Amino acid sequence: MLEIKNLHVNVGDKEILKGLDLSLRAGEVHAIMGPNGAGKSTLSYALSGREGYEVTEGTATLNGKDLLDLEADERAGEGVFLGFQYPVEIPGVSNMNFLKTAVNSIRKYRGEDEMTAVDLLKLVRSKAAELKMDPEMLKRPVNVGFSGGEKKRNEMVQMAVLDPCLAILDETDSGLDIDALKIVADGINRLRAPDKAILVITHYQRLLDYVVPDHVHVLADGRIVKSGGKELALQLEAEGYAGLGIADDAA
Amino acid sequence: MAATIEAERQVEEATGDYKYGFITDIETEKAPKGLSEDTIRFISAKKEEPEWLLEWRLKAFAYWQSLAAEEGEPDWAMVNYPKIDFQDIYYYAAPKSQEDRPKSLDEVDPELLATYEKLGISLDEQKVLSGVAVDVVFDSVSVATTFRETLQEAGVIFCSISEAAREYPDLMRKYLGSVVPVQDNFYAALNSAVFSDGTFVYIPKGVRCPMELSTYFRINEANTGQFERTLIIADDESYVSYLEGCTAPMRDENQLHAAVVELVIMDDAEIKYSTVQNWYPGDKDGKGGIYNFVTKRAACRGVNSKVSWTQVETGSSVTWKYPSCILQGDNSVGEFYSVAISNNYQQADTGTKMIHIGKNTSSTIISKGISAGHGQNTYRGLVKVLGGADDARNFTQCDSLLLGDQCGAHTVPYIEVKNPTAQIEHEATTSKISEDQLFYCLQRGLNTEEAVALIVNGFCRDVMQHLPMEFAVEAQKLLGISLEGSVG
Ligand SMILES: Nc1ncnc2c1ncn2[C@@H]1O[C@H](COP(=O)(O)OP(=O)(O)OP(=O)(O)O)[C@@H](O)[C@H]1O
Ligand SMILES: [Mg+2]
Repeated sequence: MLEIKNLHVNVGDKEILKGLDLSLRAGEVHAIMGPNGAGKSTLSYALSGREGYEVTEGTATLNGKDLLDLEADERAGEGVFLGFQYPVEIPGVSNMNFLKTAVNSIRKYRGEDEMTAVDLLKLVRSKAAELKMDPEMLKRPVNVGFSGGEKKRNEMVQMAVLDPCLAILDETDSGLDIDALKIVADGINRLRAPDKAILVITHYQRLLDYVVPDHVHVLADGRIVKSGGKELALQLEAEGYAGLGIADDAA
Repeated sequence: MAATIEAERQVEEATGDYKYGFITDIETEKAPKGLSEDTIRFISAKKEEPEWLLEWRLKAFAYWQSLAAEEGEPDWAMVNYPKIDFQDIYYYAAPKSQEDRPKSLDEVDPELLATYEKLGISLDEQKVLSGVAVDVVFDSVSVATTFRETLQEAGVIFCSISEAAREYPDLMRKYLGSVVPVQDNFYAALNSAVFSDGTFVYIPKGVRCPMELSTYFRINEANTGQFERTLIIADDESYVSYLEGCTAPMRDENQLHAAVVELVIMDDAEIKYSTVQNWYPGDKDGKGGIYNFVTKRAACRGVNSKVSWTQVETGSSVTWKYPSCILQGDNSVGEFYSVAISNNYQQADTGTKMIHIGKNTSSTIISKGISAGHGQNTYRGLVKVLGGADDARNFTQCDSLLLGDQCGAHTVPYIEVKNPTAQIEHEATTSKISEDQLFYCLQRGLNTEEAVALIVNGFCRDVMQHLPMEFAVEAQKLLGISLEGSVG
């Protein structure tokens, strides 16, 4: 489903990803772990098309379609969703209005009719309820004054409403208390489906207790240096990167 | 605009087919170029004005001449433009005749039509706006007539200012120039001398105007907006909401616009005045565009009187405009909500004056300035509390948003307080649309233009929510369109 081959990405003049290969099949959940500065966020930005992340070599395709050729909003239209490590505040724009605009922009990209306001309200309310978000939060401006946990929950609500086929979650679990962590895990598990792929970037095993990955990869110094099953995460937790022979300041 | 059309349709339905419509057959006529006593006599004669009004104009002209000779046009605003040659301007042109207008939309600038399309303006409205000779399909004159009858039943007077000069001389003599005196400033004096037309509204005691009044209803006179004069009087316990301008882009061959708006508000009365200004802003290189030098002022004369100015200024190449409130009556309230955009090479120097005279008067100022391209945006505001204004209160918030790094935002607040019981609060912020915000929106599927429009509308929310509902929906789209191409 997602095929990444020999991906090289520069930020500024610096090469951050140095020939990264990764392949996700439909229905799978993959976890990426790795030391700080290894290039995990860079990978997520390069895949979602952020400006300033220049691909110098390699390919990335989603269901056979060349992602790297598309603008960020077009990739979203193709079903790519990025859960942000630091969700952004948009003052004066209600969560509901933001979701309405997003849903309809994506529908427009796909050549579908706009969703009626009533249908949209129903959809958003039901997804918010599933993720135990207070419906009052939908009226508040996007992420403004939200606590860290509320922001991450909001990311999960957005993900549920937009229903992507590829979700990349960059440290969505960082800084969460145990209840918020369960909500995030629940959001991810609800998205799991035979026709979707999920890439979870995390530093901690504790998320993987709730979201059991099919594969775990270690990203260090711009490449995938080790892959394995869910037990690899446990091994990392016990032994650290040094135990795998990876210097902690790989970058 | 869609809203006004809808209102017109309702009016039409309520009042049946039109019977009293008329189309005045005006030959195309222009006063000779330049400004002299003769020009003024010509205009006054064209308007069949009473003698006193001609005298009034001539006095204004004499004053303007003395100003022009002594100091010339004012230059204190933070705007730059070439000196205006006042002798190189036509001061009166009759509306174009049907024959001179485009025959169909095919003859209208496609770029203009594309913008109408984006604003969701219907074909009939597009015809009216772009000056296509309209037929019975959309007869604005008949609509205006039926509309007026409904108002007449309520006792509301809503007519052109020339007509008011002939039909309601007592009201006109009493109030014209009573809020913005002829000697107020250079452009007010010029306007007083040569105003070509405008709107007169009188809401009698105890009447809540049964509908929102809009300049758009007087489309027949839309071409005479160069030196517009508006006078609105709200008698005791009355209320009116007035909409000026429209979201559709206005092309005009006249480069200089100098309007005067006077509002008079009596005991327990309220005027809500909303403006969307979308005159031609000039092209991407700053060529062309309208100079918009406006004097707007409201006199809250009565106790518990209230005025609220809401403006969305997206057009014109140079804007110079300070809708003000004179809070004379005890407990009177003045509000100013403003969004001003300067994109490309547009310059806007705008703000308000709140003059607290009565006891327990309060004022609110919320100003949102958006600069993009090489645009320059200045908020200039005065809050003045006089000695007798016990317990006056003011809250001011000025926020500036920058798109790109070639543009500028400036805030020039003046505060003069002569009464120790006054409470004055001032907050100001300057921010940029961040790359983070843009990418967040793009990642959720919005394209760059949608993202900018969304973020800017969020920034302007506190102002937009004071616009009448349907006007607000259009104004939201307009903000996005005005900033197209400013990012990415
Ligand atoms: N805009 C930028 N300018 C310069 N260097 C950058 C920029 N963005 C990222 N980098 C560098 O790229 C490297 C990889 O950063 P990245 O954020 O991808 O790491 P990460 O694996 O996500 O780390 P963490 O676990 O701390 O989130 C780091 O050395 C970082 O300093
Ligand atoms: Mg990171």
